[in-house]
Amino acid sequence: MSEMEMAESGKTPKLKVATAALCGCFGCHMSLLDIDERILKLVELIEFDRTPLTDIKKVGKCDIGLIEGGVANAENVEVLREFRNNCDILVAVGACAVNGGVPAMRNQFDLKECLEEVYIHGIGVENPQIPNDIEIPLLLDKVHPIHEVVRVDYFLPGCPPSADTFWTFLTDLIAGEAISFPYSLIHYD
Amino acid sequence: MNNPDNFTSELLVNKGHSPGQLLQLLCEIQTHYSHIPPHAIELLSGHLNIPPVQIRTVIDFYAFLHRDARGDFDILFSDNITDRMLGNLSLLNSLCKKLGVEPGVPRADGRVTVGLTSCTGICDQGPALLINGMVVSRLDKDRIHKMVGLIEAGIPIDHWPKAFFLVDDNIQRRDKLLSHGIISGSAIDAMVVKGSDALLKCLDGSGLRGRGGAGFKTATKWRMCRDAEADEHYVVCNADEGEPGTFKDRVLLYSFADCVFEGMTVCAGIIGAKKGFLYLRGEYLYLREALEKTLQARRDAGHLGKNILGKQGFDFDIEIHMGAGAYICGEESALIESLEGKRGIPRNRPPFPVTSGYRNQPTVVNNVETFVAAARIAVFGADWFRSAGTEESTGTKLLSVSGDCARPGIYEYPYGVTIRQVLEDCGAIDTQAVQISGAAGATIPVQEFYRKIAFEDIPTGGSFMIFNQDRDLLDMVQNFSHFFCHESCGFCTPCRVGGTLMQDLVDKVMVGHATSYDLQEMRNIGQIMQKSAHCGLGATAPNPVLDTLEKFPGIYSSRLVNRSFEPAFDLDASLEVSRHITGRDDEGAHIRHEK
Ligand SMILES: Cc1cc2nc3c(=O)[nH]c(=O)nc-3n(C[C@H](O)[C@H](O)[C@H](O)COP(=O)(O)O)c2cc1C
Ligand code: SF4
Ligand code: SF4
Repeated sequence: MSEMEMAESGKTPKLKVATAALCGCFGCHMSLLDIDERILKLVELIEFDRTPLTDIKKVGKCDIGLIEGGVANAENVEVLREFRNNCDILVAVGACAVNGGVPAMRNQFDLKECLEEVYIHGIGVENPQIPNDIEIPLLLDKVHPIHEVVRVDYFLPGCPPSADTFWTFLTDLIAGEAISFPYSLIHYD
Repeated sequence: MNNPDNFTSELLVNKGHSPGQLLQLLCEIQTHYSHIPPHAIELLSGHLNIPPVQIRTVIDFYAFLHRDARGDFDILFSDNITDRMLGNLSLLNSLCKKLGVEPGVPRADGRVTVGLTSCTGICDQGPALLINGMVVSRLDKDRIHKMVGLIEAGIPIDHWPKAFFLVDDNIQRRDKLLSHGIISGSAIDAMVVKGSDALLKCLDGSGLRGRGGAGFKTATKWRMCRDAEADEHYVVCNADEGEPGTFKDRVLLYSFADCVFEGMTVCAGIIGAKKGFLYLRGEYLYLREALEKTLQARRDAGHLGKNILGKQGFDFDIEIHMGAGAYICGEESALIESLEGKRGIPRNRPPFPVTSGYRNQPTVVNNVETFVAAARIAVFGADWFRSAGTEESTGTKLLSVSGDCARPGIYEYPYGVTIRQVLEDCGAIDTQAVQISGAAGATIPVQEFYRKIAFEDIPTGGSFMIFNQDRDLLDMVQNFSHFFCHESCGFCTPCRVGGTLMQDLVDKVMVGHATSYDLQEMRNIGQIMQKSAHCGLGATAPNPVLDTLEKFPGIYSSRLVNRSFEPAFDLDASLEVSRHITGRDDEGAHIRHEK
């Protein structure tokens, strides 16, 4: 339905939401899916653009972009910039996007050390060599949280944020209300 | 050479096996071996009944303790902003170059290490450095050159020219406290004669408030401690003097030590303490020998020990405990943890030390200057003291003046003196700003020079750093934000993480990559730190940033890029290592700057 048709039919246009997983474990996306049957309600309010769920490869103009994972390689930077340029509201989702998280544990070591450990000295490695195919994105020397690369509007903490956190965040945001979490959703120990 | 077990074993025999001695033992082992060898850790663990991992965490907490060997000559340049202004970094670089050593890494032959350390309290006679714990003041090219010769020749520092290690008192203005000496023992005599109740009343009447920063009423603190029922009471003198730019306690400990101990003994008499501690910052190790002598002289004179001044049951003695390079140990509850031999992590307060301090017993912690003032008041009376200062801030205050002025040094003024007056007296011209009360204090611009040093206007622990018009105040802000990051004890997130974020953002402004969005981030982070940090360090750490953002916005705005956002780091440069490893240089091996 075009916006014109929407207006005529008396419906408000659905918000467009895109999601991407950068250097994360997909746990945040899995947690989003943990909203279970509420996803049916959600798709009444929103329409998914590029996400790993829709398999749309290029992000279009969106209202909300959800980013899981930190920035670890050149492709992550490219995807993240594309999201920033196309999404009105960009959200860092989960510890990896917010802080670098688990992947950033490699920041304690030199990149060279890490690569050698995996591709040269690792147990059972045959024909040891560090891959240099141009199809493979180059790694940044450190893993960064996404707000160090683009401007970020919201941060959803958690590893992963729980399904209820996603639900509360999205429904509040879509309703145009101030986002407020009960303590239980942002309490971690 | 001694084998490690021998030295440590002997030490254990001499110092006893109390776990509370851990830090003190570690300091001695560090001095002896230039690090804490694994053998020593094992031995300490066995004898003190502390797990090795806990000993390692203590070692790692204190900047002056190391698990890896340092050089035979272990050099740390003082890195306060005042040392920077006097050119410490170029001296450090030239020393490193001449010695062929990388900063922070021992030279291959193990002869020397060169690094940086927080303010050493020699700001009026800087740039300064510590070598094997001893202060070398007034560094210049010539002194550096001579040091290189001495180090290469392997001459122990005991045989170096005495002039290297001279630190003058440098008192430029004396008022009540510094010009009216008291005879050793006269304050405790006054207490014995008048009785401790009367003396406490006198102290109350004097209006004396703590000189270490917070300004709590001293008589109230002593009374609360006295009234807290417990087996033991303790007196602690806070000689940690870590506030950057402060060095007045150094002078009091050097030339007025007897009066410091006198004040502590008066306090002990009032609160009923048998034991006291002087917690001396590691940087002031060079003062220790003389302090021990003063203590011994007081014991010999019957002013310390059993039955002081012949009064039955008035027993009190003082032990010196060394710090080991941790600013946070100036915070009273962290100091007490450190006295107990542990890491200096601030406790939850309340309970305050007056009811639960050292070994959870009621403890008075006061600044060095507070004890000196209390001893003087005991002899000269409340009115004598009150006749100087303002209604709310009675008496005088020692200021440590450094930075851009003709006559840096110690200035004693009645409370209520204006900033302008101090600047005039010390020969400061063309002043742009004064940083009062150290890194966490206030940045005062010219239009506020009429303001007064007093608890009710601008309170201070004593630091007074002057910046003339040629200085870039962002250098100061950067120096301080790095200081706080380095000195955060790491216990709570707002300070540990917030401090690092703040430091990175200041660095980003410095290199000209920040946007106005980043400035807003700094304000947000600063507010969170102020509101939620566990102790005063984290709560005040954002002050220099927030203060200058408000009062000197130009130092930020002139460096901003006119974009809505700038990455925190150079994206393309961060691929350099990967490009090098893979040998790639195609388009995908680069990240272009986004307009
Ligand atoms: C981070 C931090 C560092 C401090 N450093 C010192 C210090 O070096 N010397 C000092 O006397 N007080 C210092 N204080 C204040 C002490 O906690 C305490 O208030 C003071 O020693 C009490 O003595 P007073 O009442 O005589 O001032 C510091 C406080 C904080 C929060
Ligand atoms: S935040 Fe946790 S769940 Fe989400 S991507 Fe990172 S590791 Fe996975
Ligand atoms: S505020 Fe900083 S210094 Fe204080 S407890 Fe927290 S981390 Fe430690």
